Amino acid sequence: MKIRIKFAKQGTMKFIGHLDVMRYFQKAMRRADVDIRYSEGFSPHQIMSFAAPLGVGLTSSGEYMDIEVHSTGSSAEMVKRLNEVMVEGFQVLDWRRLGDEAGNAMSLVAAADYTAAFRKGYEPEDLEGFLAGLEAFYERPSIPIVKKTKKGEKEMDLKPLVYACRVTGGDEPSIFLRLSTGSSSNVKPELFLETYCREAGFPFSPFTFEIQREEIYAPGFIPLNDLGEIIE
Amino acid sequence: MRKLALSDEILLSIDKPARYIGGEVNMVVKDPKKVDVRFAMCFPDVYEISMSHLGLQILYDMFNRREDVYCERVFSPWVDLDRVMREKKIPLFALESQDPIREFDFLGITLQYEMCYTNILQILDLSGIPLHACDRTEEDPIVIGGGPCAYNPEPLAEFFDLFYIGEGETQYDRLFDIYKENRKNGGSRMDFLEKAAELPGMYVPAFYDAEYNEDGTLRSFTPNNPHASAVITKELVMDMDSATYISKPVVPFIKVTQDRVVLEIMRGCIRGCRFCQAGNVYRPLREHSLEYLKDYAVQMLKSTGHEEISLSSLSSSDYTQLEGLVNFLIDEFKGKGVNISLPSLRIDAFTLDVMSKVQDVKKSSLTFAPEAGSQRLRDVINKGLTEESILKGAADAFHGGWNRVKLYFMLGLPTETVEDMEGIALLAEKVAETYYDELPKSERQGKVQVVASSSFFVPKPFTPFQWARMCTKEEFLERAYIVKNKFKEMRNYKSLKYNWHEADLTVLEGVLARGDRKVAAVVEEAYKNGALYDSWSEYFKNEIWMEAFRTCGLSVDFYTTRERGLDELFPWDFIDAGVSKAFLKREWEHAGQAEVTPNCRQRCSACGAMKFKGGVCFENKN
Ligand code: SF4
Repeated sequence: MKIRIKFAKQGTMKFIGHLDVMRYFQKAMRRADVDIRYSEGFSPHQIMSFAAPLGVGLTSSGEYMDIEVHSTGSSAEMVKRLNEVMVEGFQVLDWRRLGDEAGNAMSLVAAADYTAAFRKGYEPEDLEGFLAGLEAFYERPSIPIVKKTKKGEKEMDLKPLVYACRVTGGDEPSIFLRLSTGSSSNVKPELFLETYCREAGFPFSPFTFEIQREEIYAPGFIPLNDLGEIIE
Repeated sequence: MRKLALSDEILLSIDKPARYIGGEVNMVVKDPKKVDVRFAMCFPDVYEISMSHLGLQILYDMFNRREDVYCERVFSPWVDLDRVMREKKIPLFALESQDPIREFDFLGITLQYEMCYTNILQILDLSGIPLHACDRTEEDPIVIGGGPCAYNPEPLAEFFDLFYIGEGETQYDRLFDIYKENRKNGGSRMDFLEKAAELPGMYVPAFYDAEYNEDGTLRSFTPNNPHASAVITKELVMDMDSATYISKPVVPFIKVTQDRVVLEIMRGCIRGCRFCQAGNVYRPLREHSLEYLKDYAVQMLKSTGHEEISLSSLSSSDYTQLEGLVNFLIDEFKGKGVNISLPSLRIDAFTLDVMSKVQDVKKSSLTFAPEAGSQRLRDVINKGLTEESILKGAADAFHGGWNRVKLYFMLGLPTETVEDMEGIALLAEKVAETYYDELPKSERQGKVQVVASSSFFVPKPFTPFQWARMCTKEEFLERAYIVKNKFKEMRNYKSLKYNWHEADLTVLEGVLARGDRKVAAVVEEAYKNGALYDSWSEYFKNEIWMEAFRTCGLSVDFYTTRERGLDELFPWDFIDAGVSKAFLKREWEHAGQAEVTPNCRQRCSACGAMKFKGGVCFENKN
């Protein structure tokens, strides 16, 4: 039976790359004695796939993976069992059963929410100007960018791929973004922010923002875990 | 949230930041303020190598069982971070608390191979600890060394306050107690070292004077402090099951060399190969019971979630309960997606049967380590592996579906002739011919593939070859070419492959292995001129080392190509490793006559290790 797991990746775990996160969870399944299904063959591997790889340096409160199991306890029990074998920084948030015909998480991914806050020491002098300009930038009818591809450079419009952009929080404001995600049109939050900084004349470095992914959606902005049902 | 010693900016600009953040599964977390002793356990190499070392995990687990001790880990920063730390003056820190090493009570460094010696200086340097023990103050940690290279600690003598000779399980508890006691009484660093020197196995280099003859050899080596004893006897665990093993190994995030549970089944070896230091200094052979191993196998797989378990020993086939253990592992874990790997097994019917159960025959290869190309030379080195048994093993394996074979050899062994060298190619050829002779065309799985590799022989302390002359770099390479050319003459040349190790590195290893106190200056000079990560051939800079020898006025040949006289006093002679010098001399003479010495289970050769009163020496003698 198919299971969808939601988890958070926080704190120092942001330095663990995607492949190592997969290895980490494979071992975690064994430690928690999850009755996971293995592939056939001489060196069997667990049936496990992740929704969308998260870049090194980003935290997340909404990551997803799908696994297949032979048997399962209740959602609450499985969440508890997994959390007993997690390290600080990884937390399992949800365990839901999917229908047999359900598509896998990776193929469903359509959008994701992010929040970006200035890393200490990287706040612009004119913070107000920065934030006001950002909202105006987002209101533009189109945001053309030049994207580097394997075949050369390609012009494209970011605007239709950015579903939301707003400033939240008071004293320590952060930027909320909802962006197109997935294999067909993937917009990284860094790309959007860098484009703005460059056009508005603010300095940008890979360290300017601390970015967290908040949620991943299937088409229609349905959080991926809403497609599964809680096991009582 | 855990605080890290390095900023995000640094961590995101270097390779594999996970090397430096700690926080792994089973990492031990304690409040440093609530312990009496802080111990930084160091392996002076990069994280992936360091975390693969069993001994470190054993001591980490053992030390942390004490409530009053917090043992943390520290490894060599890779070259990218090394640069950043020097530039920004960031002190080296431990992975657990991320606190600077200089704040610790102990810095324990494991010495697994000679080519890590400059990395030791890197560790001290980046920690802000004076390189020389004599320059350290009450503020500095006690720097203690252990591991196989501590059997000749002399090239490192001035960098260490203390060496622990032998297996760590036995004396550390007392050492920590002495340390606490001394501090409670307001004792100094010196007071502690004097008390430590009275414990078995502890060597405080500053308490000894070395004098030299005019020709550079050692004249005398004598204690200059009444607390130090003239002979240091190695420490070892006699009742293996009484020692605690690792119930919760730390599980790295990134893939390390040993990404699996490692089960140490026994220590020591009965074989008595004359080139092998481990086989001599870890005598006598001592086994764990089957029950003990079953128990730990289950615990460790459960606590790590690893998908593989591997057995560890010098020669697993000599473990008396091997069949029971392997069957247990297969029955218990095979169906649960756990791979079982069985290194250092002799190839025989049992092994092949087991291997066909635990690995994919098509993807795996058979390994033989004849070490020498001719029977005569194998007798010289006392490697009891005959051509007949190799070919028989290979034939059986070919019938079982294998078609890849690896052969390991050494070049530059004592008494080696061109015939012995060419024997390497001939043996590889015979293995290939066996494949074509044994299997009719219809049964063959493609071509056979025989890969022969040779390393260059380095004479090591506490082996019968400690007196031997070592080859020069040119001689090594010349021998490799002789072998290579012979390979070209072979009929099945296309199925054979031959490769050999780097010669520069081997020569240096030879100097450090049998070096004396004078060599320390060379290590330091080389380090100061940029030598680091010497065991990584892409970072090894031979010129720096050669220049350092010139600057220090020392000759490489004195340490390598000089055949030692039987009455020479060696820098390591003050250590009693169990095997007596008289036994080693006898073995050196037997080697000269190509005379084989039986293994411990066939007949005891009175090597000296019987005085430890246990292990194989007393098997069947109750
Ligand atoms: S004393 Fe005899 S049995 Fe014991 S290790 Fe030495 S040779 Fe082997």
